[in-house]
Amino acid sequence: MSEETAPSQGDFGRPLVVLDRVEKHFGDLHVLKNIHLTVHAGEVMVVIGPSGSGKSTLCRAINRLETIDSGSITLDGQELPEEGKDLARLRADVGMVFQSFNLFAHKTILENITLGPIKVRKVNAKQAEQDAMVLLDRVGVSAQAEKYPAQLSGGQQQRVAIARALAMKPKVMLFDEPTSALDPEMINEVLDVMTGLAKEGMTMVVVTHEMGFARRAANSVVFMDAGEIVEENDPESFFTHPESDRARDFLSKIITH
Amino acid sequence: MDAVTENFDLFLSGYWTSLKICLIALIGSLVIGTIIAAFRVSPVAPLRWAGTTYVTMVRNAPLTVLLFFFAFGLPEIGIRGSYWLFGISALIIYTSAFVCEALRAGINSVSSGQAEAARAIGLPFVATLREVILPQAFRTSVPPLGSVLIAMFKNSAVLGAFGVGGDLFSVSETLTSARGYAATPVLVGVAVGYLLITLPAGAFLAFLERKTAILR
Repeated sequence: MSEETAPSQGDFGRPLVVLDRVEKHFGDLHVLKNIHLTVHAGEVMVVIGPSGSGKSTLCRAINRLETIDSGSITLDGQELPEEGKDLARLRADVGMVFQSFNLFAHKTILENITLGPIKVRKVNAKQAEQDAMVLLDRVGVSAQAEKYPAQLSGGQQQRVAIARALAMKPKVMLFDEPTSALDPEMINEVLDVMTGLAKEGMTMVVVTHEMGFARRAANSVVFMDAGEIVEENDPESFFTHPESDRARDFLSKIITH
Repeated sequence: MDAVTENFDLFLSGYWTSLKICLIALIGSLVIGTIIAAFRVSPVAPLRWAGTTYVTMVRNAPLTVLLFFFAFGLPEIGIRGSYWLFGISALIIYTSAFVCEALRAGINSVSSGQAEAARAIGLPFVATLREVILPQAFRTSVPPLGSVLIAMFKNSAVLGAFGVGGDLFSVSETLTSARGYAATPVLVGVAVGYLLITLPAGAFLAFLERKTAILR
């Protein structure tokens, strides 16, 4: 595998996702502490950290599946609105891939992909189906188009979930631990699709424990612990010379296994 | 059994009237019950409160009290209508609270991830409910919904006792009070009439349950 050098921050486009002084509590638990973060167009940002560090909450806050207590989150210059039509419109531009796939259980694979384009983007059914088949082909599941989600393997379901998000032609894709619920032999087929996306210049925020993916595809790594961003760096520097004790400690635990 | 055979036409017309009441109330209570259920799971707090208040008030009032309120209370505040209209309205309002709760049981059985995925692709609240949540909730709701609706079919007899004329139950009054037939055969005939509504309904519900099965 050829070692590619990650482009520096300066090579990216406009700031797409900007978090500013974001705070969130779950009851007494302070899950996000004074979060500042900027994701630029074309950037692939990997968020890592121990469980309970707030990384999933951070990811979910970006399309307001989690509300925040204070601070601001802007998407392509627009502040996230309250729940309603405007928020729905904004969410259509943000692809989301969940740990547990969350494919619509009562719809076929093809219908899972076309629902958003037809109902939200108002694409006509025939066109939506054609586009969906292209996407399914790209993630390698077009042969399963007429099946239901429960008939597919976890890896296949997650690739369908990626295609469903892509069908909305999103400006940014959020991945919330996309491989954590997968059997080991299925992880790579999902990571391969994600790596392909990263190479094509998709803006991505990826919460993951897959260090190989972070090294291979990320432009920046954010390390979180106890609700704070402890460290943000390019992958090579982060993995070879972590600056903080907490990051060093975390890396030593996962790399020895 | 002479009471039944001699008055078969009366029974038949009573049966059709009761069936008509049941079908109108079925559609009415399903529509209103679904709307109230949507209120109760809505992200808008005032709608949730409105839905909860509706269910609490309506579900805890006896059907007869509700019927009397419609028939005698509403005219007092200037709303006029026939017994037929008031009777059916009261039955619909009463049943819709139970329909709402049966649907909500189904909605709660759908994993929250389904709604999150729907919201994440930009579906607004109503579309999320209609396209993703309710089709999956419905299946779980079929058994409790079936009990609620069968109870409603039988509750429709109260309308007859209450004075909405011509339905299956009021046939018994006509035959026993006005024409002097013995009560038992007449009432057995009426009960069989209601069975002819509820048994096919039960069979249809069982069919619906198989038809809406979803792999999860």
